[in-house]
Amino acid sequence: MKTVYVDNNATTQVASEVLEVMLPYFTEFYGNPSSMHFFGGQVQKNVNKAREQVADFLGAEPSEIVFTSCGTESDNAAILGSLDSYPEKRHLITSRVEHPAIGNLCTYLGRKGHRITELSVDREGRLDLDELKESVTDKTAMVSVMYANNETGVIFPIEEMGEIVKEKGIPFHTDGVQAAGKIPLNMKKSTIDMLSLSGHKLHAPKGIGVLYIRKGTRFSPFIIGGHQEKGRRGGTENVPYIIGLGKACELAKKHLEDENTRVRALRDYLEQKILERVPNVLVNGDRKNRLPNTVSVSFEYVEGESILLLLSDLGICASSGSACTSGSLEPSHVLRAMGVPFTAAHGSIRFSLSIYNTKEEMDYIIEHIPPIIQRLRDISPFWKDYLKAKGNV
Amino acid sequence: MWDYTDKVKDHFLNPRNVGEIENPDGVGEVGSLACGDALRLTFKLDEKKKIKDAKFKTFGCASAIASSSALTEIIKGKSLDEALQVTNQDIAEYLGGLPEEKMHCSVMGREALEAAIANYRGQKITKEEFEIVCKCFGVTDREIEKAIRENNLKTVEQVTYYTKAGGGCAGCHPKIEAIIEKVRGKMEKEAPPRIGSGERKKLTNIQKIKLIEETLGREIVPALKADGGDLELIDIEGNKVLVALRGKCSFCPSSEVTLKQYVETKLREFVSDDIEVEEVRP
Repeated sequence: MKTVYVDNNATTQVASEVLEVMLPYFTEFYGNPSSMHFFGGQVQKNVNKAREQVADFLGAEPSEIVFTSCGTESDNAAILGSLDSYPEKRHLITSRVEHPAIGNLCTYLGRKGHRITELSVDREGRLDLDELKESVTDKTAMVSVMYANNETGVIFPIEEMGEIVKEKGIPFHTDGVQAAGKIPLNMKKSTIDMLSLSGHKLHAPKGIGVLYIRKGTRFSPFIIGGHQEKGRRGGTENVPYIIGLGKACELAKKHLEDENTRVRALRDYLEQKILERVPNVLVNGDRKNRLPNTVSVSFEYVEGESILLLLSDLGICASSGSACTSGSLEPSHVLRAMGVPFTAAHGSIRFSLSIYNTKEEMDYIIEHIPPIIQRLRDISPFWKDYLKAKGNV
Repeated sequence: MWDYTDKVKDHFLNPRNVGEIENPDGVGEVGSLACGDALRLTFKLDEKKKIKDAKFKTFGCASAIASSSALTEIIKGKSLDEALQVTNQDIAEYLGGLPEEKMHCSVMGREALEAAIANYRGQKITKEEFEIVCKCFGVTDREIEKAIRENNLKTVEQVTYYTKAGGGCAGCHPKIEAIIEKVRGKMEKEAPPRIGSGERKKLTNIQKIKLIEETLGREIVPALKADGGDLELIDIEGNKVLVALRGKCSFCPSSEVTLKQYVETKLREFVSDDIEVEEVRP
């Protein structure tokens, strides 16, 4: 059975070029970059090179790049590190559609006595800038809003938000995990103070992340230990993964155009054909401001896990915001925050593409989606009721 | 990914008895679109009032569809009274088990069956008579109590897995806790007094050896000594307890009976149900 992998917002394939540059650091070049001898020194040099590659990709200075273990650590470090720097301020602003790395952390901080404002989104998943303006006070320690949403791909007006926030002198963090590699990022021309990035979402392995910290941003280390990362993150550098991430960022920069032309066209093609061939489907999220690789569709009157497992049976790997797959009993918090009706929220499927996907793969999905949905609708008690009701109108 | 058994996968990929019976004798509907799963069960009786045919339509995940399919297979050929004896455990067992988080799918099957039989008998199951404890999923105290009883549930989390109650805003958790306490209190009172059987902690080898020694010393040897006999523990191999009889016991004609009916019974009572006692002769 062939595998058609369209779950790249969950994780991506490690690029062969990335693996290749990593391997020698497991065998030959195992030195500790902090060591004084030549053996560690040569490793240090290449860690620095990787830092430059990441900086170049983000339009940042190498000194502004801190390597972490994952996106979640970057998010935790940004928020906790910032709160620690402003102990007198106990108000945080975020959104209702954040990844759990931010969402659950904010819930935790709320229990610990911080005041949390969660900005709402509209039916299209868009934020309201006026709500942000009204929420900022002189007690606000920081604002953290994701760059682009992992489930719908909706891109937020981060620069405009940054301007509002900066005007008040408040640090501004964004979880850029889904945006990096999919849309251009340039910290030199940005209002962002801190940005989180995760290696495994852009063809580096799992277990490596980055926190970009703009020069001059107040920050206390989250992981306290050695002098590594200029004292901003203790722990011996994860050298092979840092080398790999450097390469992945170099490739991501090179592939950005492909992502925004060919991959976007593939996504649009997939979306268009599904809308054409299956009745009662809706697209979740603002189609005008969306990551080029992501589409979230809801099939009414069927349940997402069932769709996923039937797709999986054909080798197609996607994901869903349905209750049964989110590990809770309610559909995803993102779709609920958007007010997607229950008839549709339970039947949501997300396809997220990468540069490795092909037109043939899209055709394979397009061929199999209609019979799968029909099959489940034939089992669903609501479908016939719906058709009957429609006939009576 | 959920760890579904092959049986669940089979009943999901090839569901049996999908559809709706025309002019059914009974119809049962439970769940809703908002809840994320729903089941409509229809059945027809034969002249002997046994379920001749049963069909289902289900909106839900793989385990909901598989549970519905299993339910229809289980109840075919049963009288209504027999069918009412089917528990959600029976449905789960038929499928070779369900992940605990998905047990509510089997409960939904049992509820649909109950509703369909009540529908045939002209009874009404109205939720109004009962208190709705979980407002997010519309679960009543009766449904929660039943699930606790039938599945021996102990925690709020388990109640959520089995009934969905408490899986939304979590506002009803204190109420669910109170119901668990009440029902478990009743269950303990109703349960026949049991000594040493039922749910026993699995012992490590060391614990088992110690417990055997203790039991022999406290419960068995004193009684044997009273009759002028004695017993020595020689070895323990798994569940096999090797002993040598001493004193009067060593030449007692009923020593075999003593070993099996007395020593073994006591050890089974206090240590483990599968203990076997064997005599080692010099």
